[in-house]
Order: sequence, then C-alpha cells, then structure tokens
Amino acid sequence: MATSRSEPYDVLVVGAGPAGLAAAAAAVTSGARVAVVDAGERPGGQFWRQRRTAVAPDQHLHHQLASYRRLLVAAAGADWYSGRTVWTITRPRRHFEVHTVSGPDEARLTLAAHRLVLAPGAYDRQLPFPGWDLPGVMTAGGVQALLKQHGVVAGRRVLVAGTGPFLLTVAAGLAEAGARVVGVHEANAGTGWLRSPRAVLRNAAKLPEALGYAATLARHRVPLHRRSVVVAAHGEDAVSWATVGRLDRDGRIRARSERTLPVDLLAVGWGFSPQLELALGLGCATRVDVDGSMVVAVDDDQRSSVAGVWVAGEACGVGGAALAAAEGEIAGADATGGPVPAKARRRRASAGVFAVAMHRAHPLPEDWTGRVTDDTLVCRCEEVTAGELRGAVDDLGADSARSAKLLVRTGMGWCQGRVCGFATSCLVAEWTGRRPSPPLPERPIAVPLTLGVLAEGAD
Amino acid sequence: MTESFDFDGRPIPFEPGQSLGAALTAAGIRSWRTTRRQRRPRGLFCGIGVCFDCLVTVDGQPNLRACLLPARAGAAVTTQEGAGHGDLEV
Repeated sequence: MATSRSEPYDVLVVGAGPAGLAAAAAAVTSGARVAVVDAGERPGGQFWRQRRTAVAPDQHLHHQLASYRRLLVAAAGADWYSGRTVWTITRPRRHFEVHTVSGPDEARLTLAAHRLVLAPGAYDRQLPFPGWDLPGVMTAGGVQALLKQHGVVAGRRVLVAGTGPFLLTVAAGLAEAGARVVGVHEANAGTGWLRSPRAVLRNAAKLPEALGYAATLARHRVPLHRRSVVVAAHGEDAVSWATVGRLDRDGRIRARSERTLPVDLLAVGWGFSPQLELALGLGCATRVDVDGSMVVAVDDDQRSSVAGVWVAGEACGVGGAALAAAEGEIAGADATGGPVPAKARRRRASAGVFAVAMHRAHPLPEDWTGRVTDDTLVCRCEEVTAGELRGAVDDLGADSARSAKLLVRTGMGWCQGRVCGFATSCLVAEWTGRRPSPPLPERPIAVPLTLGVLAEGAD
Repeated sequence: MTESFDFDGRPIPFEPGQSLGAALTAAGIRSWRTTRRQRRPRGLFCGIGVCFDCLVTVDGQPNLRACLLPARAGAAVTTQEGAGHGDLEV
C-alpha cells in the first residue's frame, strides 16, 4: 500500500471548491506545508466546475472567475492530490491519517497530517415524488454539471422545478445552450426576500447576477411560475410528461391547477445537502441549520468539536461560494496558527446574513410529504417505496431514519442515504409526530469500496 | 477525427475529457442499468458521483459510475443488469 513517506503535512485540506481553495491559499500563504485532496480531476468544486480538457472556461457560466484564479495561484504551493476520494480518516497516533483511493482500480494512497480542514461541499437536496426515478429526471446540479463540464445539454424540452436561486442559473444556462425550457416552477413566491432587506443590501453585488439570469430567461421567453411545484413525472422507460400544480397558502395543490406537459428532461433541486460523511466519521458535533439540513457545528474560527479538525463551506451550513470562500480563508489561517484577517470575518458575516435570508425565502413547501404516494420510491438504491417505509413506522415501530433503515433498508444502499436520508427523516418525523432524526448516521467508511481495499486495512 | 466507444454494440462518439455518462447522454441514451429489484431502467441522476444511479459495466467490470468515468476509445460499455454480477448468481 502506498503511504506518503514524508513527515506529516501541517495542514491537509479535503476538497478544492471555493472553501477548500481559500483554506489552502491561506495556509500556504502563512508558510505551512499543505496538501489538498480533491475528488475532482481539476480544482474548482461544483461551483467553479472545469472542463477536463484545457479549454477556456465559458465566461457566462462562471462567476467570480477572478477570485478563482487568485486562489489557484495562492494555493499552488500546496501538494495537490486530484482525482482522489477520501474514504476514511483515522488518528492512530498524534496525527491524522487520510486514506484515499483513485480511479476504477482504487489505487490507494494514505497521507498524514497534523491538522485537517474539511471542505467537502454539498449536492442537490431531493424530495421524492411519483416518477422521480425515471431516467430523464435529474438533479438541477447534475444538469448543470453536464453543461459546464461536458458541454452536453441533457434534454430538448426541459422543465426546471424546486426552489432556490440556483434554479434560475440552471434554466438560464440551458436556454442559452439551445434547450427549450418550458418553465421554471419555483415553489415559493419570491417575496420572502422582502423580509430581509438588509441582507440583500449588504450583498448588493449579487443583484446584477440575479438580474442577468432573469434577463436571459425573459429573452428566451422562459416562463417563471411562482408557488408552483412538480407533482409527478410520467413515462415508460424515461420521462415523457411532467405534471405541475400551483400551491395554495397551506402548501397544498390548488384544485384544478394541475397541468401535464411533454418534457424529456426534468431538472429538480430543493436547495443543497452538505457532504457530512468525513466529519461524522471523525465525531464532529452537528446542528440543524435554518434550511433544516444537518450541518457541522463550528466556532468563530471554523473549528469543529474535534481538536485539529476545521470545517468550512457548505458542510457547516449551505450558503454559496462567497460564504464558503470566507470560511475557508478563516479556517486555513487559523489552522496554521496565523492571524485571521478581519476582512474575511466581515465577508463571512455579510454572506452569512444573505444565506439565512435565502433559506427563509426558499423553504420547502409545507405539505410536500402529502404528495408522496404509497408507490413513490423513497430510497432509489434499495427501491423502497413510501408505502413500505410507512409500514415500518406504523407496523414495526420505526421512529427514526436509522430504525427505518434497519427495518426496510432505506438509506442502506450505494449512496448510503445521501439522496433519501433527508426525506426519510422528514417522512418518519411527519408520521410519528416526533422531531426529525439525523438523516445520516456516522459510519467508518465514507464511500463504497470493494472488499479488496478493506482487506488491505487502513494501516 | 472523433473517437468512440462501444455501447451494447453501437458506437458512441465522445469529445476528449467527456465522461461516459455525458457521451451517452449526448447520443440520446437515457439509461444503461436495470435495478436489482424491479428491473427498472436508470441513468444519470445526480451527475456528480453522489447517487450511484448511473452504474455501468465497462470491459466486464461492473458498478462503475458513468458520471465520473472518462470515456475511453475502444472501451466496451454494456448495460448493467442488477448488481452486475449475473455470472455469480445461482
């Protein structure tokens, strides 16, 4: 097995999105020996997603490219381990050992470090609805990744649905790339932002970006439907129709408001879920954020409850690239024992206020659980329906996402509950009248591996 | 000249750097796996390596994520049935 023979790194950063890059840049700048491990082939994470080949990034798809280039230059002094996934982190001695694999043959490499900055990012949060398992129903982020990284438009007639400003980004990108976007269905009214005028004003730089997307959608005559949700996807072997409906005040579908439209791609997103596996595996304490997501609890210096482990970016609360970069800079500076720039703290405060306003303006519709029919799949991996999950609650006494998993296998499969964990937790809470339980349990292994890797041991 | 790989006997062109899933999607193919329980078709869902819906068999090796795996000229990509270990079923 490959182990790095050199002395442990001062700081090892997991993830190279805005938070990880900023952490690495800050740590390198203060003179530390730094390693960056990233699952992507090229740095940037989901936000600054790069084409694999060396073509110039599409300017209209990339915001804040100047910040990206500046961070890349500053972080260049780190040792880069790209295309590597961290599958577990141990602490057999005084330092951490970060165990990674790469590629289909799972080539192993273990790296040692005294301190860790975890910046693993997030992925689209999903809510189950009838037909969401049909091919052609994709996460909004997945559609965006195909477009940004691979130049592929995933469908010709697209319906975009869910909630949050990211839907506009995706719809605008698709329309510019030539897809016919038949509608953006935003579950909220958009008036929630009016309740947080100060948050908007403090982040006025974001306004031109939002207006730009709105202008693009208007130019392509893409209708934006507010208080509207996707109710079901239909088709035989792929999606060919989508039913949408308008919400009333209680978050229920208005009578006679449902319409069914022909589509070949449905892009859905309900905000984002943080990647928590490594932090949970290390034992970091968590909290529930404004958007209902479980996130890592950190202090003012981005320190988690575990000594030597800093966490930055979406994993300690979904809030976008500017917030992530500020948190990363604070974490990287503090992890090297250096002073934390006051400017970074101010940027974090402003962006944090904006994130809270965003979550408050884009809550999940109150009655979404009421639209999950008995035959709707909840767990895509293990093919567990809502009816089976309900049976675990009503007949077998399941009272948490964890007990439901043990009884009917929700969250037991390949994705390890990343996709269905949040929804399962909400559904079980709804049916039992209890508070939502943690969507993801802690586990020693963060990603699926072949037994061959495990047999070699994490030494 | 565009390079290609083979998908269930059909040549699929790809651009350098594209993932298998991106090339298949660009060719209009939506699914390349059937599920273990209900034998339902699946393809790309999360597109970023999180959900494991897009598992595919490449050169006989099953359970590879099409969204992450770079397309390679001459590769034999086949629809994956169930867990992809049909040869082990008794």
